[in-house]
Amino acid sequence: MTDQSAECAGPADLPVIPLALVRPVTGALVSEEQLVYAGHLDTGMKFGLLALVVTFLVYLTGALAPLVPVGELPRFWAMPVKDYLAATGAPTGWGWVNLLSRGDFLNFIGIAFLSGVTIFCYLAVIPIFLRKGDRAYVALAVVEVLVLVLAASGLLTAGGH
Amino acid sequence: MAGASRLAARLARLPGAAWIIVAILVTAGIAGAAGFPAANPAAPPDAMPWWAWPAILLVVSFILGIVAVLGGVGGGVLFVPIVSGFFPFHLDFVRGAGLLVALAGALAAGPGLLRKGLADLRLAIPMALIASSCAIVGALIGLALPTQVVQIALGATVLGIVVLMLMARKSDYPEVPKADSLSTALHISGIYHEASTGQDIDWKIHRTPQGLAAFVVIGVLAGMFGLGAGWANVPVLNLLLGAPLKVSVATSKFLLSITDTSAAWIYVNNGAVLPMLVVPSIIGIMLGSIVGVRILARTRPAAIRTMVIVLLLLASLRALLKGFEIWN
Repeated sequence: MTDQSAECAGPADLPVIPLALVRPVTGALVSEEQLVYAGHLDTGMKFGLLALVVTFLVYLTGALAPLVPVGELPRFWAMPVKDYLAATGAPTGWGWVNLLSRGDFLNFIGIAFLSGVTIFCYLAVIPIFLRKGDRAYVALAVVEVLVLVLAASGLLTAGGH
Repeated sequence: MAGASRLAARLARLPGAAWIIVAILVTAGIAGAAGFPAANPAAPPDAMPWWAWPAILLVVSFILGIVAVLGGVGGGVLFVPIVSGFFPFHLDFVRGAGLLVALAGALAAGPGLLRKGLADLRLAIPMALIASSCAIVGALIGLALPTQVVQIALGATVLGIVVLMLMARKSDYPEVPKADSLSTALHISGIYHEASTGQDIDWKIHRTPQGLAAFVVIGVLAGMFGLGAGWANVPVLNLLLGAPLKVSVATSKFLLSITDTSAAWIYVNNGAVLPMLVVPSIIGIMLGSIVGVRILARTRPAAIRTMVIVLLLLASLRALLKGFEIWN
């Protein structure tokens, strides 16, 4: 691995932020935070996909009884989501956590992990931006985390059709 | 008109295999629409066993995964219009599945693109903040609007995508005479290693405020229709902001992992995610993408791209017909 230090020099009134670039095996020039982000994304993505496949196999085998029997699904998947929720009693928000003993809702472990891995990637690079004194990107990353956490919180619900 | 004549000329050169795929999809769609009226929940269930539609979805997603790679488009942009048009699943669940399909693909591609220095984190972060915030708004609007309205809007949007695909030009290395003050302040610039020539290529961007404004629209559309947004990300990053084409394509793919995350949560939390649709779709698209990459070198990209345009035209027509309740 060849290290190449580079400083991104802005106009005179802007802070100079050290952008140390490194060359991983491919010959590319990549910043430290980008490599850290990639590492977390790689691990989280693999775990999420594995969880998705394993829990779906459990669902298909019927080892855990689903809330909505698979044979009944064709009655519901053509409905608007509001009607489906009313007809099946399926939960919204994080209510699926209380139904992890059900084969269909067990799948939400993988779905939630894939939907949440980006938040952890951002949390991992914020300390690097802080150490570099890159206040603009600290702010951008913190706001992004807040946006994603708000989306994940279940506080935002859509009105009816 | 020039775009239409180019499309007609390309259609004449479409290989037989491409027509077979189009025919399979259309036939499945007609059979599905006839046997299981999606827009009418009171209709009697069809005679097919419960597992038939998820199995067909797996196969079609696999084909879409191949076509998406060969056609140079994201899986999400094909998935939502085609599955919502030709399968019995309600549009709410198809959009939820489409977002997760696009998200899974972006998450899988992201680490490699970042490590190779093709996707750029500093370029992505400001754009992603705007797009992911607006994707939440789009998702909430999409789930609140009547289905017919969303169908019509989806059909119109997909038609717009077709026009964009026919008209948009790309530039390997756009000329950026001077970086604008915002991108300079944010230190958005980079060096990427062009493996084919062994060169390190410096790049910078301009028109950053206009680019951020474009991501407002992109985010809303991504959230509302679950389409993914590579079709819009790339022209904005490449032609408007001036990032090199490879950086634009890679950063666009990585961006989807953030944009679609926020919208996906809205669909998950509002109950619009059915694992029986989501998992076969993700597995099918990802396996198809792997196969697509392997056969990429042996195909004619122009012909496949024409097939993608034909598929999107059919799907947009179907969405409009459903939206106007002409053919449910």
